[in-house]
Amino acid sequence: MAETADTAAEQEEVLTDQDIVTGAKEPSLKPADVKAPELTGDIQIPHLVKGAMAKSKCHAAKPETMEAMGFPGRLVDNWEEAAVKKLGELLTKYKSLQVYLDICVRCGSCTDKCQFFLGSKDPKNMPVARADLLRKVYKKYFTTEGKIFGSLAGAAKLDLELLGEWYTYFHQCSQCRRCSVFCPYGIDTAEISMAAREIMDSIGIGQKYVNTVLVKLHEIGNNLGMNPKALKATMESTEEDIQEEDGVAVKLPVDQVGAEVLLITPSADFFATPHIESLIGYAKVFHQAGISWTLSSTASEAGNFGMFIGSYEHMQKAAMRIRKAIEELKPKRLIVGECGHAWRIAYAFWNTMIGPLDNSLGLKLEYPRPQHICEYTLDLVERGAIKLDKSANDDVIPTFHDSCNVARATRMGDRPGGQFEIPRALINAACNRYVEMDSDTIKEKTFCCGGGGGLLSDEILDVRVQGAMPRMQAYHAIKEENGANFFALICAICKAQFTKVFPKYGIPMIEVGGIHQLVAKAIELGAKE
Amino acid sequence: MSFELDGKTYETDDDGYLVNLDEWNEGVAGYMAEQEGIDMTEAHWEVVNFLRDYYQEYNIAPAIKILIKEMKKMFGPEKGNSAYLYDLYPAGPALQACKIAGLPKPTGCV
Repeated sequence: MAETADTAAEQEEVLTDQDIVTGAKEPSLKPADVKAPELTGDIQIPHLVKGAMAKSKCHAAKPETMEAMGFPGRLVDNWEEAAVKKLGELLTKYKSLQVYLDICVRCGSCTDKCQFFLGSKDPKNMPVARADLLRKVYKKYFTTEGKIFGSLAGAAKLDLELLGEWYTYFHQCSQCRRCSVFCPYGIDTAEISMAAREIMDSIGIGQKYVNTVLVKLHEIGNNLGMNPKALKATMESTEEDIQEEDGVAVKLPVDQVGAEVLLITPSADFFATPHIESLIGYAKVFHQAGISWTLSSTASEAGNFGMFIGSYEHMQKAAMRIRKAIEELKPKRLIVGECGHAWRIAYAFWNTMIGPLDNSLGLKLEYPRPQHICEYTLDLVERGAIKLDKSANDDVIPTFHDSCNVARATRMGDRPGGQFEIPRALINAACNRYVEMDSDTIKEKTFCCGGGGGLLSDEILDVRVQGAMPRMQAYHAIKEENGANFFALICAICKAQFTKVFPKYGIPMIEVGGIHQLVAKAIELGAKE
Repeated sequence: MSFELDGKTYETDDDGYLVNLDEWNEGVAGYMAEQEGIDMTEAHWEVVNFLRDYYQEYNIAPAIKILIKEMKKMFGPEKGNSAYLYDLYPAGPALQACKIAGLPKPTGCV
């Protein structure tokens, strides 16, 4: 391919500060060239390889994308001053951030807990080292000891090289918060990574994937950019598929005013495989339970990447579409489909961000507002309102991968640990067999899929494949020991990530699927007793 | 990024997807296929043509399930499946088929 800059000399001439920070003129990674490590079933703490991932950088957002997001189009001239000012604002706004920056005692508990460190061997992917990239800037400009003693106090000026490291390593964190579970102080590195990204956006260097998706979400209503006409056509086609396969007229209604349930689900459920198989599962559940439901063509996305860039404003703007849909469609219940970070936002933010979600919006108070689809379906099964024929899934031996945001930031149902128990109970209601991965890799200690937090972009497939390593080892181990052959998920990002990385590890992508894909197979449709 | 073909310059995005859909022609598709290491057969073209037709009507690529359903119509039940789609485009419909068809890269959690 004839590139615009052909020689190293030419490249050097045109390198701007922005190019240096974002690696814009570096050769792009070819997804086909990314190789996975061998699967042994063991998760080993690696020998360090300094700078191993220094060159793995996300594509930078184009100026028009940045401007559409309300950010400067490119790196501003006074970026050091502007970044420090922004950090000062964030410290005032989020006291938690200041606590996390102050409180670390370098005990080292987090160092070997991050999947990106374990997979990449790069010491800057140790959570403490990643956080220190921001912490040393905080010390330099906001603490007395840092101002006086400088590097002796662990302080550093924010220069171009350090900003480049921010851009690299804060985009190799999936904000999964596994490290926080092991931190004796509970330092939330995700919040630090969100702050760093918020600062970078504010000075004009944003990541392409997340910002492009957010522009589509704001403009069209979902991450895909699927317009209402395409959504309706896709739902009609899916209805035909179900009719053909099961002989039952299961509907996937769009924009039905007055339906009992408004389902907010990730738009990947309308488009990607295996995601769409779970959508079929939800539709069959509503159908068989006899509950009217609808999707919204304008709030056609549960995901909300505003969280990944630490932007409350963008999170709220995106979530307001859902409030508007509630006002227009007047549902009694609000249910959220299989999406990890979306469930965190729905569970922890919607009520204050776009609510209150109560009878003032016409929602019935006797139901959780919102409710996770797994809790909803399991309740129907337990009450006998729908029947699942487990033998329909006798060809699979499933295991469950806890999604990071669901596991560590939310709950389901009314009991502690419901976010762990309910998905497992639903799988067990749909299947005769079930196996669990190593206890150090599940529930609150689950590993991230390697694609969360805005990392699901192909130019950093190396980061994603490495980040998936611990999970792949744990899955490999129970494949060998117990014959596991189905990797059940409740997150659109996890589904997309694992369908991409499974083949790299030599495991067929067909083993990846949603819990409601299992439900879709097992549910008995037709006349009820 | 850009590439040159028959004396004309074509602008692409960071991942090599054509920026301006209207500039697409079979020569461009052939060039992109070559870059991807794909030898375009009639079946490859049929997939590409369907993607383009669908995009023109809906302004987005079809869901994979819809594409496979269409492949069932085009190639019969034996080849109307995901395995055949990946035989044609080993890196997947989004990474390769959309690219060769001149469509933008699908975004989101896909």
